[in-house]
Amino acid sequence: MAALESEEMFINMGPQHPSTHGVLRLMLRTDGEVVREAVPHIGYLHRSLEKIAENVTYSQFMPFTDRLDYLASMNCNHVYAMAVERLAGIEVPERAEYLRVIMAELNRISSHLIAFGSFGADMGAFTPFIYAIREREKINDLFEMVCGARLTYNYYRIGGVAQDLPEGFVGKTREFLDYFEPKVKEYNRLLSWNKIFLKRLTNIAVIKPEEAIAYGVTGPNLRGSGVKWDLRKNEPYSVYDRFEFEVPVGTGEKGTVGDCWDRYWVRIREMEESVRIIRQALDRLPDGEIRAKVPRVFKPPEGEVYLRAENPRGDLGFYLVSDGSTNPYRLKIRAPSFCTMSIFRKLSQGLMVADLVALIGSLDIILPEIDR
Amino acid sequence: MQFAIQWLVDKFSFLSPISILLLISLMFIVGTVVLLLAMLYEGLGTYALRKIGGDIQVRIGPNRVGPVGLLQFLADGVKLFLKEDIVPTVVDKKLFILAPFITFAASCAAFVALSYSDRLVISNLNIGLFYLLAISSLVVIGVIMAGWASNSKWSLLGGMRAAAQIVSYEIPIGLSLLSVILITQSLNMGEIIRSQSGGWGILNWHIFHNPFVFISFFIYFTAALAEVNQTPFDLPETESELVAGYFTEYSGMRFGFFFMAEWGEIFIVSAIAVTLFLGGWQLPIINNLDIHIYLKNLLQLGVFLGKTFLLIYLMLWIRWTLPRLRVDQIMYMCWKVLLPFAFFNIIGTGLWLLIFKGKGIPELVIQLFS
Repeated sequence: MAALESEEMFINMGPQHPSTHGVLRLMLRTDGEVVREAVPHIGYLHRSLEKIAENVTYSQFMPFTDRLDYLASMNCNHVYAMAVERLAGIEVPERAEYLRVIMAELNRISSHLIAFGSFGADMGAFTPFIYAIREREKINDLFEMVCGARLTYNYYRIGGVAQDLPEGFVGKTREFLDYFEPKVKEYNRLLSWNKIFLKRLTNIAVIKPEEAIAYGVTGPNLRGSGVKWDLRKNEPYSVYDRFEFEVPVGTGEKGTVGDCWDRYWVRIREMEESVRIIRQALDRLPDGEIRAKVPRVFKPPEGEVYLRAENPRGDLGFYLVSDGSTNPYRLKIRAPSFCTMSIFRKLSQGLMVADLVALIGSLDIILPEIDR
Repeated sequence: MQFAIQWLVDKFSFLSPISILLLISLMFIVGTVVLLLAMLYEGLGTYALRKIGGDIQVRIGPNRVGPVGLLQFLADGVKLFLKEDIVPTVVDKKLFILAPFITFAASCAAFVALSYSDRLVISNLNIGLFYLLAISSLVVIGVIMAGWASNSKWSLLGGMRAAAQIVSYEIPIGLSLLSVILITQSLNMGEIIRSQSGGWGILNWHIFHNPFVFISFFIYFTAALAEVNQTPFDLPETESELVAGYFTEYSGMRFGFFFMAEWGEIFIVSAIAVTLFLGGWQLPIINNLDIHIYLKNLLQLGVFLGKTFLLIYLMLWIRWTLPRLRVDQIMYMCWKVLLPFAFFNIIGTGLWLLIFKGKGIPELVIQLFS
């Protein structure tokens, strides 16, 4: 009997596809349902943020960093503010540092919540997504109290933060933390240890530790591969060296080290660690100024600086060059999701279309940061 | 229906033009009533889906149109009807237009053979169960047609998945039902239900007849989930992988027909489970009531629908809780888990009937103690 003729199929996954987490376009070459090659096409969200930075002043660029990783704008604000401060040699008051840490960690929780929820939705379980949104709403309420915005906060300022805490914020935050901690256990019962969920994710799209380092993968994706690398611990910035917290890494307890489930699991445990950090920060919150004196016409001295910090999606780096004028001479953003995308093509070979969705979800990429 | 035909045959000679005319018009009326009732159920079913989904997902669900949002399905239906009828240029037009109707017709046709109460039987088929299985398999033809005719790769993948999945899961479904047929010796839905009556109340239901039938029920229910594309087996329409699967290119009422067909299917598989395993329209209390026959039938109808909706609720509960499996895992589940167990159950039931002369566990226990 002659073999049946078969041919490979090209499929366009995206830019409008429910589980590419934004406007990512993947060109798939598949053999039935098995992906032979997946080529990511990026750039649909390009807004030339780096060029815009050259035409606005240092403080005017702060709202643009909100739009980098809109699920973690506090963290993006933080990194940019620290970069400018190092460039100009500004000392940030202690209270402002604590406020920054509290906001950054709250935002880390809310960002990981979206990662958890949308990952569940990608895997076909829609209920975890709604649960995650429910908790995220409470964090948004807290942020609304503190800065009036619910998505793009623009709360950090060069030399400090925009406003001091409103009345009742500390109590409400404690209330939220008490409410949130048991919820993580609920998530685990609902999704993390679900048999089907484990079957779908363990041993899928394994990133080996040395591969992860070679491709510049950072953040939970790197830690999922078992590499203990967290800038909050390894290169402490702000006041992170004063808090006690663990750096969760993938151990491959359900499958192989560095599989999709490990990356997911690192995020779940990071949420718990963030709760610990916020509790300590609230306990030790000092009084005092919330912003250093920065001249109205702000001109940092000539020079350059590269500063990176731990964002929910990995190391976000800002490279700033100053020529002594009011605007940056050059700004380069090292976006963690962009670097993570580089390993995508390698990982996707031989997966099934359904696994591809799991891979995108477990890498937790965000498109505005990739395209900038 | 059969009484009516009998009356017609008696009254007029069967082949007189007037009787044929009456017969045809009667068929039309019955058909329309069944269709309308089926559509009403399917509309209310979507309401239930959203309300139960809302309940599980800590949201409210529809609550604007009509009392507590009950008329939402009418609003949705009107919206779907008024939408522009889009047929993409590159589709195979004839098949594309035909597909939703085949699926919808097949799912509605299955409503005819169910036994809703002692007397309320639209068509008292002696091969009722066989007819149900056959007609509900037709659904997949429409699905494959839609997937193929849409000329879209996502639809194609969805259609192929549907073909593989639904056709495969037919086999464990048929085999698991066979163990009940061995006990009842009948394919007539009414007969199957009546054989579950007796002095032991709910212990007379076939699910408690012997351990093999008990397992068969769960095999049937699992396979039925796959048959009607419910989570964790909702692969043909996975929104996170295939956009919407086989009906990606459909919009407006054509999409609505697929949607309603799915609801019809859910009802049918649940009703089959109730009929074969859970005593159909029987509930011991109602069986013994000494009331007017119409009232009794009405109560039986209520019991039947109640049991069916309980199973549907279970399906929805599963749907809103579990993630979904991968294609190869679903095939593994069917061929290497459900199928061997289903075969094992048939042989087991056969041996049981041979050894214990057709008696179920409750009867044997009573015999042992008397």
